[in-house]
Amino acid sequence: MTRAKRNRLIYNCVTFAVVIIAFIVLQSMIENKTITRALKGQLIPICCWIVMAVSLNLVIGISGELSLGHAGFMSVGAFTGAVISGWLLNAHGMENETLRLVLAIVGGGIAAGIAGVVIGIPVLRLRGDYLAIVTLAFGEIIRNLVNVTYIAVADGHLVFSFLKKNVPEGARMLVDGASGAVKISKISTFTMGFILVLFTLIVVLNLINSRSGRAIKAIRDNRIAAESMGVPVTKYKMMAFVTAAVLAGMAGALYGLNSSTVVPSQFTFNQSINVLVFVVLGGLGNVLGSVISATLLTVLPEVLRAFADYRMLVYAVVLILVMIFTNNPTIRSFADRLIAPVKKLFGGKHSDKGGAQA
Amino acid sequence: MTAVKRHSTTKMVPVPSHSIVPERDLGQQPVLETNHLGIEFGGLKAVEDFNLTIGKTEIAGLIGPNGAGKTTVFNLITKVYEPTNGTVLINGKDTKGMNIVQASRLGIARTFQNIRLFSNMTVEDNVRIGLHNQIRYSMMEGILRLPRYWTKEKKMHREALDLLSIFDMQDLADVQAGSLPYGAQRRLEIVRALATNPSLLLLDEPAAGMNPHETEELMENIIKIRDQFQIAILLIEHDMNLVMGICEGICVLNYGKIIAKGTADDIQNNPVVVEAYLGKRKEEAK
Repeated sequence: MTRAKRNRLIYNCVTFAVVIIAFIVLQSMIENKTITRALKGQLIPICCWIVMAVSLNLVIGISGELSLGHAGFMSVGAFTGAVISGWLLNAHGMENETLRLVLAIVGGGIAAGIAGVVIGIPVLRLRGDYLAIVTLAFGEIIRNLVNVTYIAVADGHLVFSFLKKNVPEGARMLVDGASGAVKISKISTFTMGFILVLFTLIVVLNLINSRSGRAIKAIRDNRIAAESMGVPVTKYKMMAFVTAAVLAGMAGALYGLNSSTVVPSQFTFNQSINVLVFVVLGGLGNVLGSVISATLLTVLPEVLRAFADYRMLVYAVVLILVMIFTNNPTIRSFADRLIAPVKKLFGGKHSDKGGAQA
Repeated sequence: MTAVKRHSTTKMVPVPSHSIVPERDLGQQPVLETNHLGIEFGGLKAVEDFNLTIGKTEIAGLIGPNGAGKTTVFNLITKVYEPTNGTVLINGKDTKGMNIVQASRLGIARTFQNIRLFSNMTVEDNVRIGLHNQIRYSMMEGILRLPRYWTKEKKMHREALDLLSIFDMQDLADVQAGSLPYGAQRRLEIVRALATNPSLLLLDEPAAGMNPHETEELMENIIKIRDQFQIAILLIEHDMNLVMGICEGICVLNYGKIIAKGTADDIQNNPVVVEAYLGKRKEEAK
């Protein structure tokens, strides 16, 4: 086995181990009832944000395109998931919550994937700043579109309209315009969140280390060289973009079904930026980094609740400090020296960072 | 424009045909044929009436002073630019309207004057990108790690190491491409281009930045590659030892126009070429 291959294997194993151990610890804490209420409420959102961060990392870190509309895909997934779950429950009387959750997540993923294709076709011909601006606009379009969407179940049928007066009296509202998805039955579970995180990691890590993933990275590194090697640029950019959209939609469905109401204004530009922060903080192209930073930055504001008014100020200061320190060469080399003995333990002769990151 | 005026007065060396194809390739379909190829950038004729034929296993050189349009010719052949005039035929197929990817699938591979490696990827992964269209499996097979993934990856690994062994680089397979020394990066670019299984290899200043010893080795390797892969090679180079040493046909470009074509001896003794490089002698100018 070559050194690059072994480093990659170790990296992947560590990533999965971290997630699985965290799940086992948290699950046993839940069973012993030693977990705090605040943390327990955060578990499913943490799973969602991990999936969001890892999938956005696929677009930004691996494919090298700045997308600012990731929350838009989450929104599509959340509302589709809520509608699917509500429709199955009210029109078909499906009581099995797990099956409903799975179908909602799959549906949310497919819907977001379709949105990804529709957006991707025109957008991926643009580069750099233009792509960022258009994806930003996309997030806003989705929000405004949901604001005027009314979906209800009437006599076992799904009614869809952009005007509230078209919805018959007494129908069971699923999406009520600006009020968002209402009276959702909360069916998301932490176990499902964990499975979704695992699924995301498997998809993203396996994609990165395959023929398609290499093509995506090649386009990021040097578009012209990739093209002249016969790598079709648009196809692979689309692949990364749509895969990320599908995963974001799945996360959205899980997120939506974790609360009794979801409003479109939950998925604004700010949320896209939040996910972007997770990705940048965790390191571009570094999947494990995204997992950790998404977890910490979701928990941090809750921990800082004690500071009440100064909460967001402290959050911002912590962010700036972390960004400065992780990019400081002196501190990096110090950290490398700390890690070196651990690397030696795994049998690596060299302490350089060859291929440890994706 | 002075540039255009000047070359209209330069004498053209009588060239019997488009071709400087060596005898052994005469019976076979030429790999590259350009007819009256030209491109204008906003009225400036960067390349004009460029006619060249390259035989199946020929090593040809494209030389000329700085700014003569050599790299532009490469960009026209590889479809980075769409020509405004004339045609490019690769293995007899017209490339009109094709994009870079389609042209590469016809069998053109190139290296770049300013190295364009995938510098954040390993040396082996760089070569694997070259193999992208040679050894294929789908995205789903990759994600689900189906049997085809494993067999094809193994095959890719073997072929990548085979190709790297041309330049004795198989030990560097795990190194990040961007951290290689300059000469090794140039060699890796050639390996990567070869991985696409081309019938025509375009080398843009392959010896730039190499020391005389490395250049010597490169010359041997270029001939070795031609013999082993049975491909045609067209190279741009300023190192005259290399050009005169290995090129069977040489084409001299100045101000976007071909001013001479022929063998190394023809070119060296051609007054028009000497003038283009060194200028006229004072007495002659008077």
